[in-house]
Amino acid sequence: MQALLALIPALPLAGFLILALFGGRLGRRGVSIVGVGSVGASALVAILAAIGFLTAPPAGGALTQRLWTWWSVGGLAPGIAFTLDPLAIVFTLVVTVVGFLIHLYSIEYLAGDDGYARFFACMNLFVSSMLILVLADNLPLLYLGWEGVGLCSYLLIGFWYRDPANGRAARKAFLVTRIGDTAMAIGLFLLFRHLGTLQIAEVMNRATTAWPVGAPLATAAALLLLGGAIGKSAQLPLQTWLPDAMAGPTPVSALIHAATMVTAGVYLIARTHALFLLSPAAMTVVALVGALTLLLAGCSALVQTDIKRVLAYSTISQIGYMFLALGVGAWSAAILHFMTHAFFKALLFLGAGAVILALHHEQEIARMGGLRRSLPVVFWTFLIGGASLAALPLVTSGFYSKDAILWAAWNAPHGGRVLWAAGLAGALLTALYTFRLIFRVFFGEERTTVTHRPTWVIALPLVVLAGLATIGGFVETPHTLGGVTLFSRFLQGTFGVAGGHAEAVGAGHGAELALQILAAIVSLGGVWLAYRLFLRRPETLARWRGARAGAALRRFWLGGWGFDELYDRVLVRPFEWTARVSRGDFIDSFYTGLARTLGGLHGALAATQNGRVRFYVAGIAIGAILAIAIMVFT
Amino acid sequence: MPLEHALLLAGALFAIGLAGVLARRNLFFILMSIEIMLNAAGLAFVTAGAHWGGPDGQVMFIFILAVAAAEVAVGLALLLRFYHARRTVDADAADRLRG
Repeated sequence: MQALLALIPALPLAGFLILALFGGRLGRRGVSIVGVGSVGASALVAILAAIGFLTAPPAGGALTQRLWTWWSVGGLAPGIAFTLDPLAIVFTLVVTVVGFLIHLYSIEYLAGDDGYARFFACMNLFVSSMLILVLADNLPLLYLGWEGVGLCSYLLIGFWYRDPANGRAARKAFLVTRIGDTAMAIGLFLLFRHLGTLQIAEVMNRATTAWPVGAPLATAAALLLLGGAIGKSAQLPLQTWLPDAMAGPTPVSALIHAATMVTAGVYLIARTHALFLLSPAAMTVVALVGALTLLLAGCSALVQTDIKRVLAYSTISQIGYMFLALGVGAWSAAILHFMTHAFFKALLFLGAGAVILALHHEQEIARMGGLRRSLPVVFWTFLIGGASLAALPLVTSGFYSKDAILWAAWNAPHGGRVLWAAGLAGALLTALYTFRLIFRVFFGEERTTVTHRPTWVIALPLVVLAGLATIGGFVETPHTLGGVTLFSRFLQGTFGVAGGHAEAVGAGHGAELALQILAAIVSLGGVWLAYRLFLRRPETLARWRGARAGAALRRFWLGGWGFDELYDRVLVRPFEWTARVSRGDFIDSFYTGLARTLGGLHGALAATQNGRVRFYVAGIAIGAILAIAIMVFT
Repeated sequence: MPLEHALLLAGALFAIGLAGVLARRNLFFILMSIEIMLNAAGLAFVTAGAHWGGPDGQVMFIFILAVAAAEVAVGLALLLRFYHARRTVDADAADRLRG
């Protein structure tokens, strides 16, 4: 089993290499087999490894495979080494299985595209980087995967590079996440400087023994790592790249949002949770960032007109829930929400992709409608995904994960009630924007004719994900509803006994039940409100929009709370201004002058090479005359 | 006949030939001008040889005759190929090595 561990990231990496080197010669069929097959094989190996782990739990709670030493300098010798523990198992399974379904779906979605081989090569590298990230047993290797994920997101967001807007979106994603990456790198330096190692398990051990709770160094390190997590996971204030990242093909969005990339931040915090436990201040920041992000993004999702941007803001908001859970120490609730979110968000994105494909690359909600008759499979699966996102009670996985988060927030020692209220308000927003999307796209009258009906290649991933989005939550249910604790007990291998929300007993059963009923009412109320506003009585909405305040608020939310504008004014424009001003300074003028002189000389000399024999003869004659003259007259 | 006169004649011939090479665009005339330049050099050798009473000048002239014959043979062959390729004998038409 142990020897198989490296195969999990190595298979997609091999797929990437084959596609990158020979992709042009394989033909479409070959590219599909290699691209999808490599991730599928990786998923199989991951399932095998997980079964092996469950049937025969290894000593110490983790499997480790060390391949070789990466480098060895100044006491730092990270290895190319992989560790499989319960947390890594959850992430690996989700990444490979959801990744495989998205790859399968891409066969049809990208069927007519010129960059078919390039697409699958990048997707394979993406999955491989994410797997390296989650399986790494030391922080430098994790950072390698982290950067690999950033690179692939850049390549795939700018996949249709002929449109400059896509290139801009790709650069934005790369640069904004880079800010976070830099913070994270500094955090790693800090950890190594003070703890002398970057093996994850060892770092956590030494940190807990070397630093008391509340130590300033621990807070600094945790906050720097949090900076990295915020960048990758598109949380406040670095969330601006994610809505623009919708420029990529829809399967890419599904992969970024569900399986790879944005969940990396959640993974990082969960992985280094021991460090965060040392710093209550950093934990509070995590929870606040999550709560604020989920509210802001939820409001923005409410007014977006592009189907993919709605889902993008919804992802930001849902990752906000995960950060909220991490911030209150409910590790397993956060990971549960990650898992259910991966299922239903991949489902929603793939469903949105099917709609976009059916309407010949139409993304505006305003031009959709009534699709439930012409695309029944997409409609039903999208409805299941949407219900799960909106956390409709009892039958959806999203209900259980969100309930776990809300209950943990309620019981948080500091400001729990405020965080809980934010989460509850977010739940209302979630139900509202989700069902706004469903009512607008699938109900009402048909506005654009369907030109492409999905085949089984698209339908199969949708149905499988719909199944997962429904049953995914039953691995962990609250006391009041059966009290299944499979998931949190499994994750105790990583988080210790304090990990499960099941342990967070505070207010007792009665309060828990009351909160659950309240959450259920709120989410159902959101659906009802969406039904009233967007389907039954659109005139109410039109009146709000007509009002000056309503229109202004709508514009403000549509632009994502003006963050883009703010950054443009505070950072981008001053930078451009400085660049413009310093363009003509003496250093630049020296080098441009040098280049211009050389260019002039080159032009003058090139002019003598005019290809005319007679001109050359004249040159020879003049040269001879000069030579003779020198000989005669000296 | 003084040496200077013959050398002046040779120099004048050489200058005429060079002027022909430079001014003419027709490859035929360029070849002919080159012949004139070669013969000017030959004339200078022969008069110099006669002046010092040595055989070297005449030997050199025979060499020049041989070289000139070879040059004409190769030059005319090239000219023919050029004409076939370009349908012209204009030397300036061959400027594909322009920098």
